[in-house]
Amino acid sequence: MTELTLTGASLDRARLLRLFQDYGVYAGVVVLLLFNFAFTPHFVSAENFRTQAVQVAPVLIVALGMALAIGTEGVDLSVGSVMALSTSLLSLYLGYGPWIAALTAVLGGVVVGVANGALIAFVGVQPIVATLALMVAGRGLALVLLPQLKDVRDPGMARLGSGAVLGVPYLVLIAAALALVVAFVVRRTTFGRQVLAIGDSRAAARLAGLPVRRVLVVVYVCGGALAAVAGVLATARLAASDPTSLGTLMELSAITAVVVGGTPLSGGRVRVGGTVAGAVLIQLLTTTLIKHDLPPSWTQIAQAVVIVLAVYAARERGRR
Amino acid sequence: MTTHTEETGRSAGTVSPQAGDPARAGRSERLSALAQQHGALVTLVTAMAVASLSFDTFLTGDNLENMALSSAFLAVVALGMTFVIVTGGIDLSVGSLFALGGVLAAWGSRYGTVVALLLPLAVCGLIGLVNGLLIARVRLAPFIVTLAAMLGARGILLAITDEGSTTYLVDKDSFFARLGQGSLLGVGVPVWITVVLFVLGAVVLRRTRFGQYVYAVGGNEDAGALMGAPVARTKVSVYTLSGLCAGLAGALNAAWLVSGVTILGTGMELEAISAVVIGGTLLSGGFGFISGSLVGVLLLKVIQNVINQIGSLDSAYQQVVSGAFLAVVVVAQTLLGRRRRVL
Repeated sequence: MTELTLTGASLDRARLLRLFQDYGVYAGVVVLLLFNFAFTPHFVSAENFRTQAVQVAPVLIVALGMALAIGTEGVDLSVGSVMALSTSLLSLYLGYGPWIAALTAVLGGVVVGVANGALIAFVGVQPIVATLALMVAGRGLALVLLPQLKDVRDPGMARLGSGAVLGVPYLVLIAAALALVVAFVVRRTTFGRQVLAIGDSRAAARLAGLPVRRVLVVVYVCGGALAAVAGVLATARLAASDPTSLGTLMELSAITAVVVGGTPLSGGRVRVGGTVAGAVLIQLLTTTLIKHDLPPSWTQIAQAVVIVLAVYAARERGRR
Repeated sequence: MTTHTEETGRSAGTVSPQAGDPARAGRSERLSALAQQHGALVTLVTAMAVASLSFDTFLTGDNLENMALSSAFLAVVALGMTFVIVTGGIDLSVGSLFALGGVLAAWGSRYGTVVALLLPLAVCGLIGLVNGLLIARVRLAPFIVTLAAMLGARGILLAITDEGSTTYLVDKDSFFARLGQGSLLGVGVPVWITVVLFVLGAVVLRRTRFGQYVYAVGGNEDAGALMGAPVARTKVSVYTLSGLCAGLAGALNAAWLVSGVTILGTGMELEAISAVVIGGTLLSGGFGFISGSLVGVLLLKVIQNVINQIGSLDSAYQQVVSGAFLAVVVVAQTLLGRRRRVL
């Protein structure tokens, strides 16, 4: 491998690959947009863009938390169940007003995050199993709290779900704001550096005197809180609490967005911009296939291919 | 057992400077090893004893038969999963493959039993093979490869069932349906098949060269490779095996239900992983046993059954209990494992 990289041809190849890794997801979004501009009727309308953006918002918010967990070489499978728990809590406490209800819902996510973080950081359980346990238990708890679908009739929630500022829905604004915050945290704060250091090598981070356990707990708490926020927003948009189906397979969509966005599963690197683009890419891909009357089976197969391509590209970086 | 003796051997060397009583250290280490190996079994026996004392309907032939049957399909999936997890990998595609296997078997059953069995085995085995090649040869992460396979297999399933709207039926009088519905000596045929597969699986993992390679790859891949274990081939084999197991379980399930139900299998990968972990197999690889996975499956099903018996409790409690149980098991395992490492 080392001799090969010395020759000019493979240097170009390496550079191309690097470009593809860094900007491939953005290029994918642009290509899909152009394709839709050209071939999809009724694609270019404010209404359609609004719908697409609103659909992407919850996935994106969950993916932001997931990106942090993956940055520490972990993963959080409990996010979908946290969304369900959050919607149950929200509708249980709606009697006290929307703010209290939303806060309680987010608090529920924080508690799950603390449990995840404690299992991972203090007991030393692998993230995938720890969060799997919370995933199973969380969905059950959500259903115990609220056994079936319930309509949410609250003017505050309705405004949150369908309101907009200057034509931009609240949901999209909140998702964008959260993305900016997470991007800032990852790039400009000590905490962000610590997350990446732990993902690079947990042992080295500990030897360097970083508060590894605390950082890990905070990462999973953030993941839980963000998933709970996504649950509140999704509930507001649907005007109903459905703990049975809300957030099912959300962990997979979020992981897909993060991985397609160029964040390696091996940790040490978090690409927030890429994660946003990854979430948008998956959404656009689904829309494109649906608008061209291709069945849902195609969507799933296409998604599978995109994931494999994305990790294949990321793998080359790991090797170099 | 090899793992155990190795551990003892290692601890004998390191323990002497600090511990004054090596015999005692050895005993407590043996105890924690025993707890790790048989904790699930003890819990299962206790749970069954408590359940049969509390509910008259628990220890009846019908109820046990039901539990055994509903365990059988998950158990076959968990069998393949055990091999994968012992190599330090994971297979998230089994739930989709289970559903796909069932649909293919139901569709194929019109051409006879051979097609009904071979078609799901061939397709699911092939998908497992592709998983294995991507993981072992292209060196992609197992988690993500099998996640993609999970989506892809579900997509294929939707494609061959007119987006999930067609349910293929199995002729009730066919030999294939009897594989699922028939019974031998009062025990359902799927249960017999499962028992035979577990015995085979245990022999393969414990007593064959391939089984030793599986442990070697999971224990330390580089060391395994240096000792001459065919790392890539072993990995490809375990993912293929897992695909085959999931496909077979799906086919048997279709024979039992006499139809290829398209919505089955979601979350089954997590159930199977839980069962394997509860059974004492470490997700980090290199340590585990087939019999534990069977105990893990039975334990999950007993919990489910008990909660169903308490009529007043919603079935949602089952998830709470299973999740909490899984958490307790992994905490116990991690602590026991740490203890053994320290000693």
